[in-house]
Amino acid sequence: MGTETLKYVISLSEVGKLLGNIKGQGFHVVGPVLADGAIIYDTIHSIEDLPSGYQDEQEGGHYRLKKSTGRRGERDALFRYTVGPSSWKRFLFPPEQKLWKAVREGKSFSIESPKEKPPRYAFFGVRPCEVSALKIQDKVFCNNDFQDKGYAEKRKKSLVIAVNCTRSVSTCFCRSMDTGPKANGGFDLALTEISDGKNHRFIVEVGSKKGSKLLKGIDHTLAERHDLSSAAARVNSAKRAMKRQMPKDAAKILSKNSEHPHWKDVAARCLNCANCTMVCPTCFCSTVEDTTSLSGDVAERWRRWDSCFTVDFSYIHGGPIRRDSAARYRQWLTHKLSSWHDQFGTSGCTGCGRCITWCPVGIDITEEIKALQKGGK
Amino acid sequence: MTQAQVKYAGTAVADPMTPVLFEVGKIKRELSDTFTLELISQSGNPFSFKPGQFTMLYQFGVGEVPISISGDPLNPSKLTHTIRAVGKVTEAMMRLKKGDMVGVRGPFGTNWPVEAAEGSDVVIITGGVGLAPLRPAIYHLLANRKRYGNICIYYGARTPEDILFRKQLEKWRGRFDLKVEVTVDRALAGWNGRVGVVTKLLDLGGFDADQTVAMVCGPEVMMRFSVRALNELGVRNDSIYVSMERNMKCAVGFCGHCQYGSAFVCKDGPVFPFSDLEEIFDVREL
Ligand SMILES: Cc1cc2nc3c(=O)[nH]c(=O)nc-3n(C[C@H](O)[C@H](O)[C@H](O)COP(=O)(O)OP(=O)(O)OC[C@H]3O[C@@H](n4cnc5c(N)ncnc54)[C@H](O)[C@@H]3O)c2cc1C
Ligand code: SF4
Ligand code: SF4
Ligand code: FES
Repeated sequence: MGTETLKYVISLSEVGKLLGNIKGQGFHVVGPVLADGAIIYDTIHSIEDLPSGYQDEQEGGHYRLKKSTGRRGERDALFRYTVGPSSWKRFLFPPEQKLWKAVREGKSFSIESPKEKPPRYAFFGVRPCEVSALKIQDKVFCNNDFQDKGYAEKRKKSLVIAVNCTRSVSTCFCRSMDTGPKANGGFDLALTEISDGKNHRFIVEVGSKKGSKLLKGIDHTLAERHDLSSAAARVNSAKRAMKRQMPKDAAKILSKNSEHPHWKDVAARCLNCANCTMVCPTCFCSTVEDTTSLSGDVAERWRRWDSCFTVDFSYIHGGPIRRDSAARYRQWLTHKLSSWHDQFGTSGCTGCGRCITWCPVGIDITEEIKALQKGGK
Repeated sequence: MTQAQVKYAGTAVADPMTPVLFEVGKIKRELSDTFTLELISQSGNPFSFKPGQFTMLYQFGVGEVPISISGDPLNPSKLTHTIRAVGKVTEAMMRLKKGDMVGVRGPFGTNWPVEAAEGSDVVIITGGVGLAPLRPAIYHLLANRKRYGNICIYYGARTPEDILFRKQLEKWRGRFDLKVEVTVDRALAGWNGRVGVVTKLLDLGGFDADQTVAMVCGPEVMMRFSVRALNELGVRNDSIYVSMERNMKCAVGFCGHCQYGSAFVCKDGPVFPFSDLEEIFDVREL
């Protein structure tokens, strides 16, 4: 976190200017956009690209985005929706990525790493739970022993402009994971939107030197007490609306209940579609694929997202380790909420609720933990 | 752990996902489906490793697999692997010829506790191709023979035709400062040796359970029975080391495939003190 504790106010138009300045510095700006009835993250060029006045409704197995017809403040708001199916991980840890190319030269061959320069990303509109997700993936890809070169290079150069949540949906449970609805460090700038129909403005918190420099490039004033209390009230209402919660001792419940009969019960509902692992902002599993050109002279190695829900995932000679769907569900949940602590000193879950919303049969990890707690050890 | 240093565009960049090239030197057919490759570094630098560590071996255009180093750690100019052909990549590797090139990443993973075992008796229990990852440990023990108490090598194979490193086992068996016993599950004509499971060899004793370090490598069932038998003799779980096998796509903790409980077998293993696994080893399909 930066040393600055002061907060500032900027107007809506200055948000536009901020975006323009960032782009002007050569960043590839990514932010929320509307696509196929959902909010996803993609390249944006100006503030005009940001969806305005949208709100989402989420429930187990259900997502709906609608244009607000309420008060003017609601209709103007830029950030009254929460998280959609995509997450920032796809930029730092792409769904598919060429690792290298091998070219045959007689009996030998040579290996070339991709030469493209990694983009400098500016992530605009990163929610608090997603700031946490970035920090969690940092521990995976820049672990004590090894660094994922592609990830590390991109991450080091990236900008994070966070947006605190002033509204939550029913699937959110960041409050019980201590990851939101207000970001606590891990950003360059954090914005809190105050869209009250009168004076559309944003409270800005500076989190880094880079953030401080950016702020200097736009008109800003010191936030006054009424600005701060208005922002706090908005974040608080998002917090208060959050009903779902993860039991605090989820890690312990899981580590003790690997043989619980409930695993069979959830396995009977789970379709093994892997949606949950694809939408999860922290899931990092991948596989590699080796391809060869028709002539057989050029071979490439690609890395692709993988999921512990596939049978092949645990394949070793003689057959997969996790044959049963119950074993695979147990792996996902136990890893996410329990063994992750042992591996990385943090939960692998941020409470973003995506896995609940995007599960076609509405499996809810908070409920599964409670069920394991009930009949368990 | 060392990272593969890859040279491209004139700069050396550490990228643990990119292999370095090695030339295939001597090839030795060990068994009908098992062979040993000696690999020669292109840079001429020795390939230092610890007994029990493995590399990721890449076969051009086919794929990459984890293979333990089976050579002598005191002779790091040669990188030796012993491979059983069981599928796509390993079968392709069986067709490699002298002078061909392969990619290598590593060495990766934890090692057999050859240093911690100094002053103790050592019992090695292994089956099938599981002898290969233990051979570097055996080389180390023999090179430093005086530092250890009794040393027993108990090895099991399916049939007499499946005995790996047979000549070497016979040579070691001829030494007075080693106890080497071999058993087969199924005898064939001409076999005068022992028949039965490898754990039965433990009945022959030869070590002081109170101060023994056991190193076990083989299929999981075999390791399970070995640990049980060792426990019955009084060897504690923190003195028993096992080497685990899991699917591996990266060997550096990125891909998630090798997870076993809280461990990444590629980084936290493959060699574990059994005391670290005792609570999960019997959980099915973990
Ligand atoms: C730490 C470690 C050390 C090993 N040391 C040796 C050794 O010294 N000698 C030896 O012959 N074998 C060893 N193995 C096993 C060897 O890696 C597999 O036999 C090999 O991966 C099979 O690949 P394949 O493509 O030929 O077989 P396929 O059956 O076609 O396998 C397809 C893919 O599944 C995965 N896979 C299959 N079996 C295994 C397995 N047992 N372990 C991990 N991944 C697997 C690989 O990604 C493989 O490419 C070791 C495995 C591990 C994890
Ligand atoms: S496990 Fe579910 S709620 Fe937790 S971070 Fe992943 S998608 Fe979000
Ligand atoms: S929990 Fe739901 S989203 Fe995840 S694999 Fe099962 S059915 Fe798919
Ligand atoms: S092999 Fe990829 S994490 Fe261990």
